[in-house]
Amino acid sequence: MESAIETHAVSPSRAVSLALAFTTGALFAVGLVISGMTDPAKVRGFLDVTGAWDPSLAFVMIGAIGVHAPLAYLIAKRRAPVLAPSFSPLAKVVDRRLVVGAAIFGAGWGIAGYCPGPAIVSLVGGPLVGLAFVAAMAVGMVLARRFGARGESVASDTCS
Amino acid sequence: MSFLYPLVGGALVGLSASAFLLLYGRPSGISGMVAAVLPVPPRAGEPSTITDDRGAGSLSFVLGLLAAGAVARLVWPQAFGAAVAPIGLVVVAGLLVGFGTRLGGGCTSGHGVCGISRFSKRSILATATFMAVAMVAVLLVGLLGVA
Repeated sequence: MESAIETHAVSPSRAVSLALAFTTGALFAVGLVISGMTDPAKVRGFLDVTGAWDPSLAFVMIGAIGVHAPLAYLIAKRRAPVLAPSFSPLAKVVDRRLVVGAAIFGAGWGIAGYCPGPAIVSLVGGPLVGLAFVAAMAVGMVLARRFGARGESVASDTCS
Repeated sequence: MSFLYPLVGGALVGLSASAFLLLYGRPSGISGMVAAVLPVPPRAGEPSTITDDRGAGSLSFVLGLLAAGAVARLVWPQAFGAAVAPIGLVVVAGLLVGFGTRLGGGCTSGHGVCGISRFSKRSILATATFMAVAMVAVLLVGLLGVA
Protein backbone atom coordinates (compact mmCIF):
# COMPACT_ATOMS: atom_id res chain seq x y z
CA MET A 1 0.00 0.00 0.00
CA GLU A 2 1.45 3.34 -1.04
CA SER A 3 0.05 5.16 1.96
CA ALA A 4 2.11 3.07 4.35
CA ILE A 5 5.37 4.08 2.73
CA GLU A 6 4.38 7.70 3.02
CA THR A 7 3.43 7.09 6.63
CA HIS A 8 6.97 5.96 7.25
CA ALA A 9 8.40 9.03 5.54
CA VAL A 10 6.46 11.14 8.06
CA SER A 11 8.13 9.13 10.80
CA PRO A 12 5.95 9.16 13.92
CA SER A 13 7.59 10.15 17.15
CA ARG A 14 9.77 7.72 18.96
CA ALA A 15 7.38 7.81 21.89
CA VAL A 16 4.50 6.53 19.77
CA SER A 17 6.71 3.76 18.40
CA LEU A 18 7.77 2.67 21.87
CA ALA A 19 4.19 2.85 23.18
CA LEU A 20 3.06 0.59 20.35
CA ALA A 21 5.84 -1.91 21.13
CA PHE A 22 4.75 -1.87 24.78
CA THR A 23 1.10 -2.45 23.78
CA THR A 24 2.05 -5.31 21.46
CA GLY A 25 4.01 -6.92 24.28
CA ALA A 26 1.05 -6.52 26.63
CA LEU A 27 -1.26 -8.18 24.09
CA PHE A 28 1.21 -11.05 23.73
CA ALA A 29 1.21 -11.49 27.52
CA VAL A 30 -2.59 -11.49 27.74
CA GLY A 31 -2.66 -14.19 25.07
CA LEU A 32 -0.17 -16.33 27.01
CA VAL A 33 -2.10 -15.94 30.27
CA ILE A 34 -5.49 -16.79 28.71
CA SER A 35 -4.00 -19.76 26.88
CA GLY A 36 -2.74 -21.43 30.07
CA MET A 37 0.97 -21.16 29.22
CA THR A 38 1.73 -19.42 32.53
CA ASP A 39 0.80 -22.57 34.46
CA PRO A 40 3.89 -24.84 34.48
CA ALA A 41 1.80 -27.84 35.57
CA LYS A 42 -0.39 -27.45 32.49
CA VAL A 43 2.69 -27.17 30.25
CA ARG A 44 4.07 -30.32 31.87
CA GLY A 45 0.74 -32.04 31.21
CA PHE A 46 0.99 -31.11 27.54
CA LEU A 47 4.51 -32.52 27.30
CA ASP A 48 3.68 -35.65 29.29
CA VAL A 49 2.74 -37.70 26.23
CA THR A 50 3.50 -41.03 27.88
CA GLY A 51 1.54 -40.17 31.03
CA ALA A 52 -1.61 -38.19 31.74
CA TRP A 53 -1.39 -36.27 28.48
CA ASP A 54 -3.34 -33.01 28.28
CA PRO A 55 -3.32 -32.04 24.58
CA SER A 56 -5.19 -28.75 25.07
CA LEU A 57 -2.10 -26.53 24.76
CA ALA A 58 -1.66 -27.72 21.17
CA PHE A 59 -4.50 -25.31 20.47
CA VAL A 60 -2.28 -22.39 21.50
CA MET A 61 -0.08 -23.07 18.50
CA ILE A 62 -3.07 -23.78 16.28
CA GLY A 63 -4.64 -20.45 17.27
CA ALA A 64 -1.40 -18.49 16.99
CA ILE A 65 -0.29 -19.94 13.65
CA GLY A 66 -3.86 -19.87 12.31
CA VAL A 67 -3.94 -16.11 12.84
CA HIS A 68 -0.29 -15.26 12.17
CA ALA A 69 0.42 -17.34 9.05
CA PRO A 70 -2.12 -15.60 6.76
CA LEU A 71 -1.38 -12.16 8.23
CA ALA A 72 2.39 -12.65 7.93
CA TYR A 73 1.87 -13.68 4.30
CA LEU A 74 -0.04 -10.46 3.60
CA ILE A 75 2.42 -8.29 5.56
CA ALA A 76 5.37 -9.77 3.64
CA LYS A 77 3.90 -8.35 0.42
CA ARG A 78 4.55 -4.84 1.67
CA ARG A 79 7.71 -3.03 0.66
CA ALA A 80 8.49 -2.02 4.23
CA PRO A 81 7.07 -2.27 7.73
CA VAL A 82 5.28 0.78 9.13
CA LEU A 83 7.82 1.93 11.73
CA ALA A 84 11.12 0.55 10.43
CA PRO A 85 12.97 1.20 7.17
CA SER A 86 12.93 -2.45 6.05
CA PHE A 87 12.08 -6.01 7.02
CA SER A 88 14.92 -7.60 9.01
CA PRO A 89 16.82 -10.34 7.18
CA LEU A 90 16.35 -13.72 8.84
CA ALA A 91 18.80 -16.55 9.35
CA LYS A 92 18.33 -19.40 6.88
CA VAL A 93 21.15 -21.72 7.91
CA VAL A 94 20.16 -25.17 9.14
CA ASP A 95 23.14 -26.41 11.13
CA ARG A 96 24.16 -28.29 14.23
CA ARG A 97 23.95 -25.21 16.42
CA LEU A 98 20.27 -24.85 15.60
CA VAL A 99 19.46 -28.44 16.55
CA VAL A 100 21.74 -28.59 19.60
CA GLY A 101 20.44 -25.25 20.85
CA ALA A 102 16.82 -26.31 20.37
CA ALA A 103 17.53 -29.60 22.20
CA ILE A 104 19.12 -27.78 25.16
CA PHE A 105 16.17 -25.39 25.30
CA GLY A 106 13.72 -28.30 25.14
CA ALA A 107 15.40 -30.01 28.09
CA GLY A 108 15.03 -26.88 30.24
CA TRP A 109 11.46 -26.30 29.08
CA GLY A 110 10.46 -29.84 30.03
CA ILE A 111 12.13 -29.68 33.44
CA ALA A 112 10.62 -26.36 34.60
CA GLY A 113 7.55 -26.02 32.40
CA TYR A 114 8.58 -22.46 31.51
CA CYS A 115 9.69 -21.09 28.17
CA PRO A 116 10.95 -17.48 27.99
CA GLY A 117 7.63 -15.68 27.33
CA PRO A 118 5.56 -17.17 30.15
CA ALA A 119 8.55 -16.87 32.52
CA ILE A 120 8.78 -13.12 31.89
CA VAL A 121 4.99 -12.70 32.12
CA SER A 122 4.97 -14.56 35.47
CA LEU A 123 7.83 -12.53 36.94
CA VAL A 124 6.25 -9.48 38.62
CA GLY A 125 4.50 -10.32 41.87
CA GLY A 126 5.32 -13.99 41.48
CA PRO A 127 7.22 -16.34 43.77
CA LEU A 128 11.00 -16.26 44.19
CA VAL A 129 11.35 -19.43 42.13
CA GLY A 130 10.13 -17.53 39.04
CA LEU A 131 12.74 -14.86 39.59
CA ALA A 132 15.38 -17.57 40.00
CA PHE A 133 14.35 -19.05 36.63
CA VAL A 134 14.54 -15.71 34.82
CA ALA A 135 17.88 -14.81 36.43
CA ALA A 136 19.34 -18.19 35.44
CA MET A 137 17.91 -17.75 31.93
CA ALA A 138 19.64 -14.37 31.63
CA VAL A 139 22.93 -15.93 32.73
CA GLY A 140 22.47 -18.71 30.17
CA MET A 141 21.89 -16.11 27.45
CA VAL A 142 25.05 -14.23 28.38
CA LEU A 143 27.02 -17.49 28.44
CA ALA A 144 25.72 -18.33 24.96
CA ARG A 145 26.83 -14.92 23.76
CA ARG A 146 30.32 -15.50 25.15
CA PHE A 147 30.50 -19.12 24.05
CA GLY A 148 29.03 -19.14 20.63
CA ALA A 149 29.67 -15.74 19.14
CA ARG A 150 29.92 -16.78 15.53
CA GLY A 151 29.25 -13.41 14.02
CA GLU A 152 25.76 -12.20 14.72
CA SER A 153 23.64 -15.31 14.66
CA VAL A 154 23.74 -15.56 18.43
CA ALA A 155 24.43 -11.97 19.32
CA SER A 156 21.56 -10.49 17.36
CA ASP A 157 17.96 -11.45 17.77
CA THR A 158 17.27 -13.12 14.47
CA CYS A 159 14.80 -15.27 16.24
CA SER A 160 14.04 -17.71 13.47
CA MET B 1 -14.41 -26.40 27.07
CA SER B 2 -10.73 -26.92 27.72
CA PHE B 3 -9.63 -26.11 24.17
CA LEU B 4 -11.33 -22.74 23.97
CA TYR B 5 -8.98 -20.76 26.24
CA PRO B 6 -5.81 -22.08 24.57
CA LEU B 7 -7.30 -21.35 21.14
CA VAL B 8 -8.36 -17.78 22.03
CA GLY B 9 -5.10 -17.07 23.88
CA GLY B 10 -3.11 -18.44 20.96
CA ALA B 11 -5.06 -16.27 18.52
CA LEU B 12 -4.17 -13.19 20.59
CA VAL B 13 -0.50 -14.22 20.51
CA GLY B 14 -0.78 -14.55 16.72
CA LEU B 15 -2.42 -11.13 16.50
CA SER B 16 0.37 -9.58 18.59
CA ALA B 17 3.05 -11.24 16.46
CA SER B 18 1.32 -9.90 13.33
CA ALA B 19 1.12 -6.36 14.71
CA PHE B 20 4.79 -6.47 15.67
CA LEU B 21 5.80 -7.73 12.23
CA LEU B 22 3.70 -5.05 10.51
CA LEU B 23 5.13 -2.26 12.68
CA TYR B 24 8.78 -3.27 13.08
CA GLY B 25 9.43 -5.81 10.34
CA ARG B 26 10.82 -8.56 12.53
CA PRO B 27 9.49 -11.61 14.36
CA SER B 28 8.45 -11.20 17.99
CA GLY B 29 10.82 -13.79 19.36
CA ILE B 30 10.82 -13.37 23.12
CA SER B 31 14.19 -14.99 23.83
CA GLY B 32 15.82 -12.68 21.29
CA MET B 33 14.17 -9.60 22.76
CA VAL B 34 15.11 -10.54 26.32
CA ALA B 35 18.71 -11.18 25.22
CA ALA B 36 18.73 -7.79 23.47
CA VAL B 37 17.86 -5.92 26.64
CA LEU B 38 20.24 -7.67 29.04
CA PRO B 39 22.42 -5.07 30.74
CA VAL B 40 25.60 -6.67 29.47
CA PRO B 41 28.09 -4.63 27.49
CA PRO B 42 28.13 -5.72 23.85
CA ARG B 43 31.26 -7.33 22.47
CA ALA B 44 33.56 -5.28 20.33
CA GLY B 45 31.99 -4.72 16.95
CA GLU B 46 28.44 -5.51 18.04
CA PRO B 47 25.82 -2.78 17.94
CA SER B 48 24.68 -1.57 21.31
CA THR B 49 21.37 -3.19 22.06
CA ILE B 50 20.11 -0.66 24.57
CA THR B 51 20.76 2.56 22.73
CA ASP B 52 19.60 1.79 19.20
CA ASP B 53 15.97 1.78 18.00
CA ARG B 54 15.80 -1.98 17.81
CA GLY B 55 16.97 -2.38 21.39
CA ALA B 56 14.50 0.28 22.57
CA GLY B 57 11.64 -1.49 20.78
CA SER B 58 12.62 -4.80 22.39
CA LEU B 59 12.82 -3.17 25.81
CA SER B 60 9.35 -1.64 25.41
CA PHE B 61 7.92 -4.98 24.30
CA VAL B 62 9.46 -6.77 27.31
CA LEU B 63 8.14 -4.06 29.65
CA GLY B 64 4.70 -4.64 28.11
CA LEU B 65 5.01 -8.36 28.90
CA LEU B 66 6.01 -7.59 32.50
CA ALA B 67 3.29 -4.97 33.06
CA ALA B 68 0.46 -7.03 31.56
CA GLY B 69 1.67 -10.04 33.53
CA ALA B 70 1.57 -8.04 36.77
CA VAL B 71 -1.99 -6.84 36.06
CA ALA B 72 -3.09 -10.33 35.01
CA ARG B 73 -1.77 -11.76 38.26
CA LEU B 74 -3.94 -9.30 40.19
CA VAL B 75 -7.16 -9.95 38.28
CA TRP B 76 -6.72 -13.65 37.49
CA PRO B 77 -4.19 -15.15 39.94
CA GLN B 78 -5.27 -18.74 39.31
CA ALA B 79 -3.82 -18.53 35.76
CA PHE B 80 -0.36 -18.55 37.34
CA GLY B 81 0.43 -22.03 38.58
CA ALA B 82 3.07 -22.91 41.13
CA ALA B 83 6.50 -24.23 40.19
CA VAL B 84 6.61 -27.92 39.32
CA ALA B 85 10.26 -28.50 40.23
CA PRO B 86 12.45 -27.71 43.26
CA ILE B 87 14.34 -24.43 42.98
CA GLY B 88 17.72 -26.04 42.28
CA LEU B 89 16.30 -27.84 39.28
CA VAL B 90 14.47 -24.69 38.16
CA VAL B 91 17.78 -22.81 38.11
CA VAL B 92 19.36 -25.54 35.98
CA ALA B 93 16.34 -25.39 33.68
CA GLY B 94 16.66 -21.61 33.41
CA LEU B 95 20.31 -21.88 32.41
CA LEU B 96 19.42 -24.47 29.75
CA VAL B 97 16.55 -22.36 28.40
CA GLY B 98 18.69 -19.21 28.21
CA PHE B 99 21.70 -20.93 26.64
CA GLY B 100 19.71 -23.15 24.30
CA THR B 101 17.41 -20.45 22.95
CA ARG B 102 20.37 -18.24 22.04
CA LEU B 103 22.39 -21.07 20.51
CA GLY B 104 19.36 -22.25 18.55
CA GLY B 105 18.28 -18.71 17.66
CA GLY B 106 14.78 -18.80 19.09
CA CYS B 107 12.17 -20.28 21.37
CA THR B 108 8.49 -21.19 21.31
CA SER B 109 7.55 -17.74 20.01
CA GLY B 110 10.30 -17.02 17.46
CA HIS B 111 10.54 -20.53 16.03
CA GLY B 112 7.26 -22.09 17.18
CA VAL B 113 4.88 -19.31 16.18
CA CYS B 114 6.64 -16.80 13.90
CA GLY B 115 8.93 -19.24 12.08
CA ILE B 116 6.38 -21.99 11.49
CA SER B 117 3.91 -19.35 10.25
CA ARG B 118 6.44 -18.50 7.51
CA PHE B 119 7.01 -22.24 6.82
CA SER B 120 10.70 -21.72 7.71
CA LYS B 121 12.57 -25.04 7.49
CA ARG B 122 14.90 -23.86 10.24
CA SER B 123 12.05 -23.13 12.61
CA ILE B 124 10.13 -26.31 11.83
CA LEU B 125 13.25 -28.37 12.61
CA ALA B 126 13.96 -26.38 15.78
CA THR B 127 10.37 -26.69 17.01
CA ALA B 128 10.21 -30.43 16.33
CA THR B 129 13.52 -30.79 18.22
CA PHE B 130 12.63 -28.80 21.33
CA MET B 131 9.17 -30.36 21.58
CA ALA B 132 10.58 -33.89 21.30
CA VAL B 133 13.37 -33.25 23.81
CA ALA B 134 10.95 -31.53 26.22
CA MET B 135 8.69 -34.60 26.09
CA VAL B 136 11.65 -36.86 26.85
CA ALA B 137 12.73 -34.53 29.68
CA VAL B 138 9.26 -34.72 31.27
CA LEU B 139 9.34 -38.50 30.96
CA LEU B 140 12.79 -38.72 32.59
CA VAL B 141 11.92 -36.29 35.37
CA GLY B 142 8.87 -38.43 36.11
CA LEU B 143 10.82 -41.69 36.01
CA LEU B 144 13.56 -40.33 38.26
CA GLY B 145 11.00 -38.81 40.57
CA VAL B 146 13.05 -35.63 40.96
CA ALA B 147 10.15 -33.26 40.37
